[in-house]
Amino acid sequence: MSLSLVVFYLLGAVCLGGAVGVVVSRNVVHSALLLLVSLMGVAGLYLLLLAEFLALVQVLIYGGAITIIVLFVIMLTRVQEFRAMKDNPQWPLAVVAALAMFVLLAAAMIKGAPSETTRQSVSFEELGSSLFTQWAVPFEVASLVLLVALIGAIVIAREGGEE
Amino acid sequence: MSALETLLLVLAIFGVLTGLSVIVLSLIWLERKFLGRMQMRMGPMHVGPFGLLQPVADAVKLMAKEDLLSSLVDRVVYWVAPLAVFVPTFMIWVTIPVARDLVIRNLDMGLFYIIAFSVLSIVGLVTAGWASSNKYAVLGGFRAAAQLVSYEIPLILAVLGVAMLAQSMNLEEVVNSQSTVVYALVQPLGLVIFFIAGLAELGRTPFDIHPAESEVVGGPFVEYSGAHWAVFFLAEYINTFAIAALTVLLFLGGWLFPGISGDVSALGVLVFLVKTYLVILVVFWIRGTYPRLRIDQLMSLGWKVLVPLALVNVVITASYMFYGWSAWSLSLMSLAILGAAIWGLSKRMRTAPTPEYTVKLYVPAPEASNAG
Repeated sequence: MSLSLVVFYLLGAVCLGGAVGVVVSRNVVHSALLLLVSLMGVAGLYLLLLAEFLALVQVLIYGGAITIIVLFVIMLTRVQEFRAMKDNPQWPLAVVAALAMFVLLAAAMIKGAPSETTRQSVSFEELGSSLFTQWAVPFEVASLVLLVALIGAIVIAREGGEE
Repeated sequence: MSALETLLLVLAIFGVLTGLSVIVLSLIWLERKFLGRMQMRMGPMHVGPFGLLQPVADAVKLMAKEDLLSSLVDRVVYWVAPLAVFVPTFMIWVTIPVARDLVIRNLDMGLFYIIAFSVLSIVGLVTAGWASSNKYAVLGGFRAAAQLVSYEIPLILAVLGVAMLAQSMNLEEVVNSQSTVVYALVQPLGLVIFFIAGLAELGRTPFDIHPAESEVVGGPFVEYSGAHWAVFFLAEYINTFAIAALTVLLFLGGWLFPGISGDVSALGVLVFLVKTYLVILVVFWIRGTYPRLRIDQLMSLGWKVLVPLALVNVVITASYMFYGWSAWSLSLMSLAILGAAIWGLSKRMRTAPTPEYTVKLYVPAPEASNAG
């Protein structure tokens, strides 16, 4: 077994273990921290695929920003109300969604996975120039969505303040 | 990777850890001595010559101290939090060069790597506050999250300006591209934004809102004692050194100095260290001079002043690069905007009326109406 395969299984175990922990844990703050562990495992997987930029974005956005906001929101609510939480009425829906996603991904992998791949990393410059020339329209659409979300957040905050 | 390379890597990592510990001891001594002299005191003077061994004595005392544990803490999270703060602060040193070719790994995305990992330590501060089960600690954790997330934006935008000028995110190339003129002269606005946002990221005076002793009695660290508290303390000083080192690398030419050839590593390290310690003295000087900001002042300075200024900095740098304007035009624009901002701020501070605050008391709704 090659070294990268060992690392892959280790990272996979971190991701899955973290994800199972998120669902199983009875304490919402522990769930949020285990989510961070799982997301960092995904960053490691990206790194293994030589997608360095994506791995760093994963650390910055999911590790830094999103986990902190999740923790912030959880701590602002009253944790005692969640301590004894045993069940969530939405779980059948979540099972269906997760299964559908799994089938979709598995089908795509069985059908379209190239048998032999050569891995190579893409330099920062190449990534930037292709993002702003070849993929300029989707990139701009994504930034528009983020802008709308920003303006929405400001509108909501203002309404709360003037009341 | 061969066995020799692995061995060298391990040695380099241990070397950096040892070096950083020594630097932290020197910073503690320097801060106490410098603040002492600023306040016409002597500072530490009894342990060793000039009190040089005082930080060592302090460290031994901290290690020997009893590690108190409140019965209400969430054990696992409480012990993991100091590590979550310390590990990222140490990891960014993988790619910070101290002289030409003197770095563990020279990453092409070095600057981006540093930003991505330094953000992770906020999680540690927030969870430290929460796990302590202490009102002050939780409030301190909230303050840390709000402050550090807000000031990250101007910090990243200021770094972006430098990366645009250098056409690279590789720290070594950033320094090499300053061989004719340092970026402090090209982008004075960027330097000021980076330094202020950096101070806020460190949580040092005047931005020590989250550990503020007189308001939240030490913030996220209230419940910690002994060696575990020391880990936070160590992380804070390593971060101070890192921000000063980044200021030197990004804006003050790193190990370059006119007349000194950067090819000799030892000389390069010396120049780098002298510059970094001078920047740190400015940090201590600010600590000895300014009072702490109020939390609303902190937030409005970040969002209403630094973020727009940082965006303007990126826009003028981009237009300067795109249209190929002459070399001094960016310096002039940058200086003019900086001057206008300082003038506007000081005028506002002199003329703005004292704000009136209305404190809304939290009145819990009666239980009966909540039931439905």
